[in-house]
Amino acid sequence: MAKPMHPTPNLDQLESGPWPSFVTGLKRMAKDKDYVVDILGHLEHSYQTRKGYWKGGTVGVRGYGGGVIPRFTEIKDADGKAVFPDAAEFHTLRIMPPAGMHYDTKTLRQFCDIWEKHGSGLIALHGQSGDIMFQGVTSENTQPAFDAFNEMGFDMGGAGPSVRTSMSCVGAARCEQSCYDEAKAHRQVLNTFLDDLHRPALPYKFKFKFSGCPNDCMNSIQRSDMAIIGTWRDNIRTDEALAKKWFAKHGMNELVNDVVARCPTKAIQIKEIKDVRKTADISSVALNDSQALEIDNKDCVRCMHCINVMTGALATGTDKGATILVGGKRTLKIGDLMGTVVVPFMRLKTEEDYEGLVELGQKIIDFFAENALEHERTGEMIERIGLVNFLEGIELEIDANMVSTPRMNPYVNTIGWDDEVAKINAKKAAA
Amino acid sequence: MNAPIPAAAAPRKTVECGVPDNKPYLHPKFIANYGNWKYHDRPRPGVLHHVSHTGDQVWTVRAGTQRQMDHYTIRKLCDIADNFAEGFVRFTIRSNIEFMVSEEKQVAPLIAELEKSGFPVGGTGNSVSMVSHTQGWLHCDIPGTDASGVVKSMMDELYEEFKREEMPNRVHLSTSCCEINCGGQADIAVIIQHTKPPKINHDMVANVCERPTVVARCPVAAIRPALVNGKPSLEVDEKKCICCGACYPPCPPMQINDPEYSKLAIWVGGKNSNARGKPTFMKMVASGLPNNAPRWPEVNAVVGNILRTYKADARPWERLSDWIDRIGWPRFFEKTGLPFTKYLIDDWRGSRANLNASTHIRF
Repeated sequence: MAKPMHPTPNLDQLESGPWPSFVTGLKRMAKDKDYVVDILGHLEHSYQTRKGYWKGGTVGVRGYGGGVIPRFTEIKDADGKAVFPDAAEFHTLRIMPPAGMHYDTKTLRQFCDIWEKHGSGLIALHGQSGDIMFQGVTSENTQPAFDAFNEMGFDMGGAGPSVRTSMSCVGAARCEQSCYDEAKAHRQVLNTFLDDLHRPALPYKFKFKFSGCPNDCMNSIQRSDMAIIGTWRDNIRTDEALAKKWFAKHGMNELVNDVVARCPTKAIQIKEIKDVRKTADISSVALNDSQALEIDNKDCVRCMHCINVMTGALATGTDKGATILVGGKRTLKIGDLMGTVVVPFMRLKTEEDYEGLVELGQKIIDFFAENALEHERTGEMIERIGLVNFLEGIELEIDANMVSTPRMNPYVNTIGWDDEVAKINAKKAAA
Repeated sequence: MNAPIPAAAAPRKTVECGVPDNKPYLHPKFIANYGNWKYHDRPRPGVLHHVSHTGDQVWTVRAGTQRQMDHYTIRKLCDIADNFAEGFVRFTIRSNIEFMVSEEKQVAPLIAELEKSGFPVGGTGNSVSMVSHTQGWLHCDIPGTDASGVVKSMMDELYEEFKREEMPNRVHLSTSCCEINCGGQADIAVIIQHTKPPKINHDMVANVCERPTVVARCPVAAIRPALVNGKPSLEVDEKKCICCGACYPPCPPMQINDPEYSKLAIWVGGKNSNARGKPTFMKMVASGLPNNAPRWPEVNAVVGNILRTYKADARPWERLSDWIDRIGWPRFFEKTGLPFTKYLIDDWRGSRANLNASTHIRF
């Protein structure tokens, strides 16, 4: 039995309603833990005064510079004593999950045992960077708790100006739209940069995210410094049985309104089967005895919409890999930045392909480490120095796929134009 | 004879093992059909049915969680996975849990057990999925509001929309407790919007803050070093200050959070998928909502109103951003009844690109 509960009139109101309640969960743990009794008191105080009361500090584990998020209470009485003494320290351990966030129940139960013993018992699955967040541990128990997770084969995630914990989608494990082995790429890339992940020494944070197709379920284009988004170069595959099944169920109106009309580049047409073009870049599939869908793959931008609607009837191609985009991040401080293309297509099939991806990551991180200002993200650095300087620094060739339009202003010295043209022509001749 | 004195135990050496291999944690069907899936369908909301090129099948049942889970809840989910599924689970990016089963007949009893235990089954397809969120007052050092509580109050209201697939397309929500927006881009996002410059505790600045770093952190160069009451401190040009709060993390004595003047803003139209149009950033459509713990009714009213309007007016497969692309912003404000104020006209760098440089006007 723990000490008596603090009154929590605000939090109590978050126990009603149908959605699972974190307050009910905390209260259950508070029955045997003074720690959680005081966490509830601490949180209720925030609800009453509408302010936060945790300050950071320095807490870590041996050998690592990051991964623990230290929190010390700022709710003190007139003598400087913690009002909620059992919750005076409420640190979080960030632990990296397996790629795709898969678990067996034995592992989850072991996590629970460790966190019940050493910490508060509160676990967030998962944080926005993709970590398992073991929330609520004292400074004293931080090392033993980490040791226990590390014994299980789990390691600390990133925090501070470092390579951060990554995320990858369910991908090849369960999704037909997967265009590479997301988990393999995720693990191979991240485990190359463990020193940069565990010992923060970069100008600012650096995030990788891995999505298996352009649906980008990991939101990599908006929230990662290096986004690896699966795609394909060859034709959309088709399956006549599934296409006919879809058409029989949904009919022509839905086909026209939801599929053909929503293609962003008008690459899809409905044709009489006899009129379907037979050229190499055409995918087609019969919908019934007389009509077929015709897709001109040269016009297709691999947006995924038609494949999402007609899953199986239409499918990604087989010449698969990824588009690499760099520099995504949210607002502060120069405004939102999307990742932008630096590699239109990188094949990801062989071991060498995956090693190539790791090498590119290495070059980008090295360039970022040397050239970014303090607290400047990769996208902000590129905005400051220009994409061409960045590409030259990481030894990537320019490509017209990297822009949405060519230059719109004349403010540039083009004295080197002829040399550039000569280089491009020489390369064409050699190819 | 004296017993040998035990040597002091050497500290355990950390194994820098990195991201673990996920193969031991994959459902056997995932291993057998890795990279070889053919298609999927959704037999009912909350259930995915995947079929591989070999004809193998797996059913996934998705359920909502509170994300911030006590160990009892996780153990309960493990019991369900062991007794009604096959001992393997995974989590989605929106903190939903997924249970995988090899046979269709296992689906109904699994759903029944989840719902009996208080976990709503849904979150698939064109439903309103769980809110992607942050830490808030529970754990963050700079929060303007709570996260888990806001999410609980929102999901209570949207419970039926989570369990049904009745929206025009999927709806992603997020909440964030400061303008850093850790919750991320979403179809509808709730984000703190401060409306007063930081209150500076000049006694503390010199001891706590690295002043040049703080000066450099300000996006509008409104902060300068100053001597206040004989102490080195910082001062803010309040006319320039945009109340973003960027100075607060590196300098906690520059308190930006305020119980009254830290308001909540609503943003719409973020989309990370490349499907149809290119990915989009979300846009602010409402602000000035009170930080009204513990249930934030004013925020829920605006979010509910936007969702109802979208649900009634958008065509199949239109995400919120696609819908607004079709109807136009003036009609978005007209249909939702939200006031279009001068604060919604962007004046940040590059903002002229957000003005209407055409005569395209819907009358």
